[in-house]
Amino acid sequence: MRYAMAIDTKKCVGCSDCVVACQTENNVPHGYARDWIIEVIDGTYPQLELEYRSERCNHCDNAPCVRCCPTGASFIADGGIVKVEHDKCIGCGACIAACPYDARFVHPEGYVDKCTFCDHRLEKGQDPACVAVCPTKCLYFGDMDDPNSEVSKVVKKRKFKTLIPEAGTEPQLYFLI
Amino acid sequence: MVKSRRDFIKISALGATGVAVGSNLIYADGDKHVKTDKQPKGPYKQPSELTRTPTYCEVCFWKCAGWIHKNEKGKVQKITGNDDDPNSNGRFCPRGTGGVGMYYDEDRLKTPLIRVKDKYGKQTFRKASWDEALDYTAKKLRKVIEEHGPECIALFTHGSGGKYFGNLVKALGSHNIAAPSYAQCRGPREVAFIATFGDGLSSPEPTDIRDTQCLVLIGSHIGENMHNGQVQEMSDAIDKRATIITVDPRFSTAASKSKYWLPIKPATDLALLLAWINVIIEEGLYDRDYVEKYTYGFEQLKEHVKNMTPEWAYGITTIKPDVIRKTAREMGHASPSVIIHPGRHVTWYGDDTQRLRAVAILNALLGSWGRRGGFYIPDKAKVPGVPHPEYPKPSRTWRDAMSGKYELADLALANGVCDATIPDPSLNCSIKAWIVNGTNLVTTLPERQKTIEAIQSLDFIAVVDTMPMEITGFADVVFPECTYLERYDSLRVTQHREPTITLRMPAVEPKYDSKPAWWIAKQLANRMGKEEYFPFDTIEEELDWQLKQVGSSLEEMQRIGVKKFKRQYDDLYFKDGEDIEFNTNTGKIELYSTSLEEYGFDPIPKFTPHPEPPEGYYRLIYGRAPMHTFSRTANNPNLTDLMHENTLWMNPIVAKEWGFENGQKVYLQNQDNVVSTFPIKIRVTERIRWDSVYMVHGFGHANRKLTRAYGQGASDSELITKVMMDPIMGGTGMRGNFVTFLTSKPVKEEARS
Repeated sequence: MRYAMAIDTKKCVGCSDCVVACQTENNVPHGYARDWIIEVIDGTYPQLELEYRSERCNHCDNAPCVRCCPTGASFIADGGIVKVEHDKCIGCGACIAACPYDARFVHPEGYVDKCTFCDHRLEKGQDPACVAVCPTKCLYFGDMDDPNSEVSKVVKKRKFKTLIPEAGTEPQLYFLI
Repeated sequence: MVKSRRDFIKISALGATGVAVGSNLIYADGDKHVKTDKQPKGPYKQPSELTRTPTYCEVCFWKCAGWIHKNEKGKVQKITGNDDDPNSNGRFCPRGTGGVGMYYDEDRLKTPLIRVKDKYGKQTFRKASWDEALDYTAKKLRKVIEEHGPECIALFTHGSGGKYFGNLVKALGSHNIAAPSYAQCRGPREVAFIATFGDGLSSPEPTDIRDTQCLVLIGSHIGENMHNGQVQEMSDAIDKRATIITVDPRFSTAASKSKYWLPIKPATDLALLLAWINVIIEEGLYDRDYVEKYTYGFEQLKEHVKNMTPEWAYGITTIKPDVIRKTAREMGHASPSVIIHPGRHVTWYGDDTQRLRAVAILNALLGSWGRRGGFYIPDKAKVPGVPHPEYPKPSRTWRDAMSGKYELADLALANGVCDATIPDPSLNCSIKAWIVNGTNLVTTLPERQKTIEAIQSLDFIAVVDTMPMEITGFADVVFPECTYLERYDSLRVTQHREPTITLRMPAVEPKYDSKPAWWIAKQLANRMGKEEYFPFDTIEEELDWQLKQVGSSLEEMQRIGVKKFKRQYDDLYFKDGEDIEFNTNTGKIELYSTSLEEYGFDPIPKFTPHPEPPEGYYRLIYGRAPMHTFSRTANNPNLTDLMHENTLWMNPIVAKEWGFENGQKVYLQNQDNVVSTFPIKIRVTERIRWDSVYMVHGFGHANRKLTRAYGQGASDSELITKVMMDPIMGGTGMRGNFVTFLTSKPVKEEARS
C-alpha cells in the first residue's frame, strides 16, 4: 500500500476549494492551511502560459521531516502517510526547516500540523476532502502499489513532474502536465 | 449644502451583546440524519461523528444542493454537496464549502434596528424588538399606501427570501419587484435569445458543455466565475479534448486552458462575431439543413455581413484575420456540437442585446440550439404554488416612469425602479417605500450617487439582510435575517437535464435575534390585513402541503434533500428532421429579428465603435474570483482567508511607464474625477492588456462594521459612474469607465466660515 496523489494542472482552475474543504474537514484554524494553490505565469503578453497547482505535503518516501524530528513525533504511517503525533510534538520547528515544500506549520495549540491525506476518511473508504470536493475533478488519489487504482493509471498514462526532485525526497505528489 | 435626510448610520456595537442560542439539536427526528459510520481510530485529534441536514446553497445563484454537517456537539462543521444534485454533482465550490463562514460571522446583524435621532439630533440606530420593528414598518407602509397608493412600494431582492417579500408586496398591490440580476447582469442575453429562438436561457444555462467538441467563451471566465456545473463540465470537456476558444483582453484562467486565446481589444467583440458569421457563411461552414429548415432571414444576414470580413475586423479587434478564419473553421467542423457561450454578466457596452444576438445567430448557423454538445432542452418540475386570493391589479408600475422605453425588458429593471423613485413632476406617483432583501444596492447598481439620491427621496426604507452592508446604513428599519443554515426556504425548482426539487432546512437555530424571511414577511402581512396570502401557520406546513402535491413529503425531503422527477419531454435534443414551431413571430429561429424591427431596432446586429480611454487612462475591467460572490462574501471568515482584498492587475509596460512596483498601493480616479475611497494594491502581471486594468468586483467595503472587509481593496462599482444604457431592454453597460492612478488621495479643501 502506497498512497499518492496526482494533480492535473491542465484542469485545475486554482479556485482554492481544496483549501477551504480541508480547513472545514480538519478544523484548521483561520489563517492556516494544510494545502494551497500556486499560480505560475510564463511568457509575455500575449504569448503566455499559466499553471495552477494544488499543493500539500508530498508524503515523501525519503522524508527529511521525519529524519530530523528529535522526539519521534513525525513518523510514516501505514500507506506512507507522513504524520505528526500531536502529543509527542514539542513544536521545535526542525521539521518545518527541513521540509523543502513548506508543507508544515505550527498550530496555535503548539504542535506542528500538516496534511494527513485525511486518513480518518480513508478508513471509511472515502477520498481525502480536497479530492472529494474538487469541482474540476483534477485530483486523483489512491494506492500506487495497485496498478488499477485511478492514480496509478493516470500517472502511467500522462506526462507528469514532481516538485524539487533534486532534493531526493521521493515525493508522492504527481503533477500532470 | 443640502443636508441629507437619511444619514448613513454605521451599525454600531449595540447589537454585539447578542448571545448564541444553545447548540442543542433542535430536531426531535435528528437521529434520522445520523450516519452510523464507525468512530475513527488513532491517537490523533479527528473530526468526530457528524449529523447532516439538507440544504441548498445561498452563497450564489447556482443554488447547489448539499448537506450541512454538525459534530457531536451540534456545531456546524462543514458543508458538502449532494450527489443527486445536477447543479453540483456532489461537489461544492469554494464559496459553498466556505458557506459555514456566513453562519459564524460575528459581524452579522444581530437584532432589529430602528433609525432614531439621539438627543443631539444625530441619527442613530436603536435596538428594537421584533414586534416594535414590525409594527413600525407596517405603520410606515400603510401610510405610504394611504398617501400615495400601494404602487409606490417597491421590492429589490436577490436570493431565496425574495419570494416571500414578493408575495407580500404583490398582496399589497404593487408589481415593482426587481432583482439586479436582470438589468445589471444577464438581461440582454435573455432578450437576445428570446428574439432569436423564442426562448431565453434562464439558470442554470442549458449548455451541453460536457459533450461539446468546441466551446467558445467571449469574456466569460468560467473557472473564475464558479458557476459550479459549468466549471465541472468544462473540466470534462478538457478531458475529452474539446477545443476551447477564449476571447478576452485578459489571460483568464479559461484562456490558459484554451487552444486559442484571442486577446481582443476591449469593446470590439461584436466586430469579431460578425466576422465569424461572415466566414461561416462564405466558407459554407454552417449547418445547411438546420438553417434551411428552422431559420428565417438567412439571405438578409448573408447580405448584411458580406463586407464584414476578417480583414475588416482585424483593424477593429486587433485579432489577425488568419486566427479569425482558423477559429471559425474549428467551430464549423465541430458543428453542431459547438457552443458559443452566451455568458452571464453581459451588461458591458450598451449594445449588449445586439452582441448577444450575434452570439445567438452564430449558434443558430452552426445548428447548436437543441443539439448534443450545443444547447440541450432543459426540463423543470411542476410544483404548485401556495394557494392564495388573486393579487390586486396595480394601476401603475415602474414602467410608467420610463415613457415607453425598454419595452422589451421581460423582467423589471432594478435601475428602472430606482429611477422611478427619484421624484418627477410628470409622474403621478414616484416610488416612496423600498424593501431591500439580500442585495447591497449601493454597490450593486452603477451610478451610486443616483441610487443614494433615490434613497434620500424615500418616505421609508426597510432592509432585510444577514450582514451590515452599505445599504443597511441607509435603512429606517433593519431586519436581521438568519442565514440559510438556520432556516427553511421555498423549494428549489430549477431547470436541468433532469428535473429536480430540493429542500433547504435549518441545521441549527437562528443565532442572535435573527429570523427567517418567511416569518418576517408573514408577520408584516398579518399586520397589514393580508393574512390570506400566507395561509399556513408554519413554513413546515406550507412545504409539506406543496410536497404532497407532487407525491413527496417534508419527511421524505428531510431525508433525501434532492428528489428527481421524470422528464416531460423524452429527448434532450431535437430529433433529426423534427418539425418545430419556435416561439417567434415567424415560428422560425430568427436570424433576422422581426420583433426587434417592430420596435424600431436593428433586425441584424451592426457594429458601432465605443469610446476609448483618453491618454493616461485605462479601461476598467472587473470580474469574479472563484472564492467570492459579488460583495456579499467579502467578510466571510473562511473566504477572506482565501482572498481578503482585490488587486489591480496592470501590464508591466504600464507599471514601468508609471514607475509602479508590484504591491504598491494607488488610488484610482475615473473619467468623472471620482476617486476610490480606498487604495488598491497593484499586481503587475502579463495577464492583462496594456490598455486596460482589471480588478475583482466586491471589495473596498466602506462599512466599518464589516471588520474583515472594511477598507480591503477598492470598489469597482464606485468608479462606474458612466453607464451605457441598452436601448432595447434597459441594461446598464458598465465597461465604459476609464481610470487613472493617484499615488495619494487628493485632499479636499474645506473652508470654515
